[in-house]
Amino acid sequence: MEPLIKITSKIAALPLDNIDTDQIIPARFLKVTDKKGLGNHLFADWRYDKAGNPQSDFLLNKPEIIGLKILFAGQNFGCGSSREHAPWALTDFGFQVIIAESFGDIFRNNALKNGLLPVQVDPEVHNRIKNCLNQNPSAEWTIDLEKQVLIFPDQSSIQFHVDSFSKSCLINGVDELGYLLTFLDKIIEYESQKQK
Amino acid sequence: MTNDSKKQTLFEKIWNDHLVNASDGSNQSQVPDILYIDLHLIHEVTSPQAFSGLRDRGLVVRRPDRTVATVDHAIPTRSSKNGRLEFADALCRKQIAQLEDNARQFGIKAFGHEDHQNGIVHVVGPELGFTHPGMTIVCGDSHTSTHGAFGALAFGIGTSEVEHVLATQCLLQYKPRTFEVRIEGKRNPGVTAKDIILSLMNRIGVNGGTGYVIEYRGSVIRDLSMEERMTICNMSIEAGARAGMIAPDETTFSYLAGKPYTPKGEQWEKAMQNWRNLSSDDGAVFDRSVTVDISDLEPMITFGTNPGMGIPVTGRIPDPDDSVDINQKNALKKSLEYMGLNAGEKISGHPIDAVFIGSCTNGRISDLRAAASILRNRKIADGVRVLVVPGSQQVKREAEAEGLDQVFINAGAEWREPGCSMCIAMNGDQIETGQYAVSTSNRNFEGRQGKGGRTFLASPLTAAASAIAGCVTDVRMYMEA
Ligand code: SF4
Repeated sequence: MEPLIKITSKIAALPLDNIDTDQIIPARFLKVTDKKGLGNHLFADWRYDKAGNPQSDFLLNKPEIIGLKILFAGQNFGCGSSREHAPWALTDFGFQVIIAESFGDIFRNNALKNGLLPVQVDPEVHNRIKNCLNQNPSAEWTIDLEKQVLIFPDQSSIQFHVDSFSKSCLINGVDELGYLLTFLDKIIEYESQKQK
Repeated sequence: MTNDSKKQTLFEKIWNDHLVNASDGSNQSQVPDILYIDLHLIHEVTSPQAFSGLRDRGLVVRRPDRTVATVDHAIPTRSSKNGRLEFADALCRKQIAQLEDNARQFGIKAFGHEDHQNGIVHVVGPELGFTHPGMTIVCGDSHTSTHGAFGALAFGIGTSEVEHVLATQCLLQYKPRTFEVRIEGKRNPGVTAKDIILSLMNRIGVNGGTGYVIEYRGSVIRDLSMEERMTICNMSIEAGARAGMIAPDETTFSYLAGKPYTPKGEQWEKAMQNWRNLSSDDGAVFDRSVTVDISDLEPMITFGTNPGMGIPVTGRIPDPDDSVDINQKNALKKSLEYMGLNAGEKISGHPIDAVFIGSCTNGRISDLRAAASILRNRKIADGVRVLVVPGSQQVKREAEAEGLDQVFINAGAEWREPGCSMCIAMNGDQIETGQYAVSTSNRNFEGRQGKGGRTFLASPLTAAASAIAGCVTDVRMYMEA
């Protein structure tokens, strides 16, 4: 996992509510047995028409999307299916941060385990961001994970929450299994107690 | 720290009993708890990368005896001429073969594609008696909440977490909040567990349960059969809830008694003693509570692209312009556009192309019986394709022993092998772009049943009635008074 510390990028705006993981990566692309290449199918049903041609008006097909690291969505992003293919597809495409009003629980967990930072903002801030994006879609934004701030193009900033555990995993690029394995003794102790 | 003197909810009892390492116990805690997992169910779609991860680190499956695998999502439900299953493509075949290989290599019990006990993971777990009250159960599948019907804490996880559980039998978890949903009142004819849960989704919304574990309580819940309870708990995730659960009672115990993997003899007695303590203490406090009276409830159906967008089958499509909230208005507009529906139009009478009866929500024997009760001695409307897909091999055998397969075939439906099938459209079973299906599954997301396909979620009764009429139909027209 790549460490994620500070990111500066323009924002890709997809301000819809309830974007479910079936939209992020439709089920027919889940037949893979590894993680790579899923970015090609990110939002496939919105991105390509029936014949498989790119829908030119969809965000991900616009030339200016290339290299963007921040995706902006509405409420309840990533609801629905537990497929971790959703964050795999998002990160494979190049996103490292999702800003939304709220997230599906399982998606949030999955994202944090894959170097993808979910930034939850309240409705007021969400509106402010939306307005800024309307006025100047090509401005640069910064996410400073160390300080837990989202910096607007005008350099004003707001704090966001991330639990300190996930934060340190993200900043150090460390994964959770390593941490869990250090508790093996306790796990064994728990099991032997339960046996009694 | 857990506060033992405190009155506890069912959820808290199970959570506290499975803490290997507790953080400071507050909801806002910055370090997750370590939770022990009693039962880990796996299937072909969300496990391959987890096994690769184990191999990369040189780890083994810590408790293969607590791990059970079955194949369901990619498995075909149609047999070819030689009687073998006809895989949709090489990828499906490979995914299934890989699960079977992984299970063999790591010593995990697996119900592979030719096993006579395979089926949808959330149907197989309970029917074979793997699912017990008081357990923590996880699976790389959001509808793991189904198992909560037995008074277990059961929830879906991602593939990284599948790897965590394989390696350590534990998970890092923040403690969710508790949400009491009381269902009271009298159930009207034609109203099933599916209608109850669809109306609840409509009421609390698709993120109304986010961050919570729901405990379903109240007189209506107590009167439900085990299979109906599973239908309710199954859809908890559609409200965003981490899990749904129902305290075990005599209904639960008599369902479990004598199942292949439930404890026997003295062990059974001991287990029952423990299970009887599994209910929320009187006076235990929930973070949120809702009471719903279902006395006026009618059969429900969804019209939109999330499970919260439901209306009574006698109702009309809502008008986006009636929503005050701009986001809601836009979401509704977008949904109606996708669905090709007009505001104000009656939903009943809307023509359909397909009906799917099956899935982990409504693919059990009682669901098939319900559908058959409507289809018996009737014919499916011309031009409507009906797939009846049992939830497991066992359900299929039971249905065939009762002659239900013949009822379906005589009516003009396709009687299939078990699997997820048209619930997720991964195995080749799907509807075409622009088509409408009444489906007994749990998700009506865009393209869920095939790219461009449009889904109306409903109960097996409503699905069967709609199959006969060729359009969305109120099942009560086909029920004896
Ligand atoms: S039947 Fe549908 S919802 Fe249930 S496990 Fe299969 S794909 Fe998931």
